Amino acid sequence: MSEKVSLTINGNKYTTQKGQYVLQVARENGIEIPTLCNHEAIEPYGACRLCIVEATHGTRTRIVTSCLYPVEEGLVVQTNSPRIIKNRKMLLNLLLARCSENKVIKDLAAEYGIVKPPFREEYWEKNDCIVCGLCVRACEQVVGVSAISLVNRGIHKEPAPPYLKRAKACIGCGSCFYVCPTGAVKMEDKNGVRHIYNWNVNFKLKKCSVCGIQWAPEAQLEYIRKKWDLPVDFFETCPNCK
Amino acid sequence: MRTKLKSRKELEELQKKLHRKLDTGKTRISICNGTACRPYGSNPVAESFKSEIAKQGLEDKVDFKVTGCHGFCEKGPIAIIEPGNIFYQKIKVDDVPEIIQKSVLNKEVISKLLFKEQSTGKEITAQNELPFYKNQTRIILGNNLLIDPTEIEDYIATGGYAALAKALFELQPDKLIGIVKQSGLRGRGGAGFSTGTKWESCRKAHGDIKYVIVNADEGDPGAYANEGLLTGNPHSVLEGLIIGAYAIGAHQGFIYVRNEYPLALKNMTIAMEQAEKHGLLGDNILGSGFDFHVRINRGGGAFVCGESTALMASLEGKVGEPRAKYIHTVERGLWDRPSNLNNVETWANIPLIVNNGPEWFSKIGSPGNSGTKIFSLTGKVNNTGLVEVPMGIKLRDIIFSIGGGIRGNKKFKAVQTGGPSGGCLPEKLLDSPVDFDELTKAGSMMGSGGMIVMDEDNCMVDIARYFLTFLEEESCGKCVPCREGIKRMRQVLNDITEGKGRESDIELLGEISVHLKESSLCQLGSSAPNPVLTTIQYFRSEYESHIKNKKCPAGVCKALIQFSIIDEKCPGCGMCVKTCPSNAITFMGKKKPVILDQSKCIKCRTCYDICRMGAVSIE
Repeated sequence: MSEKVSLTINGNKYTTQKGQYVLQVARENGIEIPTLCNHEAIEPYGACRLCIVEATHGTRTRIVTSCLYPVEEGLVVQTNSPRIIKNRKMLLNLLLARCSENKVIKDLAAEYGIVKPPFREEYWEKNDCIVCGLCVRACEQVVGVSAISLVNRGIHKEPAPPYLKRAKACIGCGSCFYVCPTGAVKMEDKNGVRHIYNWNVNFKLKKCSVCGIQWAPEAQLEYIRKKWDLPVDFFETCPNCK
Repeated sequence: MRTKLKSRKELEELQKKLHRKLDTGKTRISICNGTACRPYGSNPVAESFKSEIAKQGLEDKVDFKVTGCHGFCEKGPIAIIEPGNIFYQKIKVDDVPEIIQKSVLNKEVISKLLFKEQSTGKEITAQNELPFYKNQTRIILGNNLLIDPTEIEDYIATGGYAALAKALFELQPDKLIGIVKQSGLRGRGGAGFSTGTKWESCRKAHGDIKYVIVNADEGDPGAYANEGLLTGNPHSVLEGLIIGAYAIGAHQGFIYVRNEYPLALKNMTIAMEQAEKHGLLGDNILGSGFDFHVRINRGGGAFVCGESTALMASLEGKVGEPRAKYIHTVERGLWDRPSNLNNVETWANIPLIVNNGPEWFSKIGSPGNSGTKIFSLTGKVNNTGLVEVPMGIKLRDIIFSIGGGIRGNKKFKAVQTGGPSGGCLPEKLLDSPVDFDELTKAGSMMGSGGMIVMDEDNCMVDIARYFLTFLEEESCGKCVPCREGIKRMRQVLNDITEGKGRESDIELLGEISVHLKESSLCQLGSSAPNPVLTTIQYFRSEYESHIKNKKCPAGVCKALIQFSIIDEKCPGCGMCVKTCPSNAITFMGKKKPVILDQSKCIKCRTCYDICRMGAVSIE
């Protein structure tokens, strides 16, 4: 049995296991904290900063990202203090100026009453990607193929296939597409082929020998089959016809 | 080849033997061959000394030493001749025979090679009487003069590795950590955290395998204090590291040096090989049973890799990105193991503290800020170079006493401390003490020791824009405040310097700055607003002038200035006509003022700089 820790969030006391992060505890208890770069299946990263909270331990109060801050005995957390709201609004201003036409970002900003960022309009950009790295981290930590990575630094940083060419190691599983919070990864299944445009890859889809639907990329099925040492004909039929 | 030293006694015997060699009564010439002196030609000068000494058969009479950085980079190539402590500056190959003839054989001083005081023109012979040196406290850099950095015996001769022997054979690790704590040494990388406390946390952290790391990823533009130390006295850093490893319980160390420091890499590699051959590094050091190995890793040039967690990620072979430090690196650092990272200068202080005791060290500097700090003094001062001063010294003393004041009798405007994300401090703060706490209070920081002096010709808005441009490129790009916030601030600053500023811009810059300070992931982002905030705080009128009057008071921002010829002052010499790259100035005959065509002028400032009559005005 691991050690118990008590902490206070927004005035209410909670008891939890040591080793948890503040964000997990808040979510388990129905306290809403916005995030973009967080996913429960992936290690926390702390890039989007939206999950910032004020954390007081002893006499010291500071702004921390709740996704990465481990619970401590006696910790006092404020998730919506005026200081936090002010910083979160600036984050959304910055994100909206970067992704001025992205629906997810526009909607989230609108929740905080932001329609137009305070920066000169001529500098707004029309990106969809916020460089949260979820696609790259999912590919590495969940899928285990590391077909893409974040390249360059500073304002030039972006997720990309090796040498900006074709992601040769990609198996077409689409995890990057499903995990992307802003719809920046563009994927399409068309005429029996899956296209992931961001990484310049396309994959033939496997046809079910029974019902005939094209249900998953052949490369992905082959990857799984080898990884789990499954029989050669294991994926001849789709899950529904099995 | 030397056999390994197997005990403290063997080291002490070698030390005595080498020390005796220092007092042979020979003339000693020590020439600086540091990175700054090399482009001035110190290598051929050193070669010429060697051949001249050989030619005259003086090998037995002259002890000639090619050393690392002496510090007074402005005057290179420089050499010191003992006895007499004679300081020669700007030495050329042709001067060498004269130096040998006069100063070595006839004990005469050569006047033309001496330093001359800027204000009075007075010649000064002795190095320790030069204002540049006499106002410094060179406990770390001082030995550079005595040491050929590629020769371990030079270091041992000056008492090198005695502190290591003392630590290994006299002091228990806890006692050693106590000494470092008591000395009051604070991390020289910039944050100023107590070194002893950091060591203690790392020693106490759970884990069998621990690491010690030297942060030599000095990336601040214009800063080269660590470089001067690594190239000039690599063993002092190495000795400090081995002592730290023993105190913490680490058996593996890493030295992370940026690849742009080839000389530092070379000298440190040689130092490690020699230390290993002498039994001072590797298995069973000096027969004590303590094993310690070191590896050098070369940094790829990212500024952010000077941040401890980014540096460790880079050491692991990953992208150099910082991570949140809610769990400290002394508990979970390199490969998730307890890791103690210190700056080059911090490590170099350790042997001094062990040898001389914590009381000696804490008496240098000011209360709470023990010891000295090395600064790279650059910019518009007369005496640029590496200076080592006791903590708590006034900025004024560094800039005016040591630095010799502002170049060309211009007026001092600001000094930036702590690298690109340091603050710019105005004249009214020149009497504040230079220490970790005071610099932070003033809105700047110690950083790793950059100090850039600016004069009346520098536009503070342009300076802020310049540093933000650097930081925008060097941000790792991981977190939103730093990546997006610096970019937006730089855009606003660009607009202001181009005459497109709005009255609300100053407030907007302030808001983004506060956000970066509070919400960034690492110190790069949270310190990035410093140049903006301090220039607004101390030079607000310059911002207002750009925004409201569309004027750049320093005459720097091209969109806001216009060059014109003052006819009454122009003698028609034609100098400006010849140098103008865009043929915008027309010669009208001697004694007739030239004519400047505004439509062709690219505002490069060449005419202004070349005119000796002050006939070019900037408005």
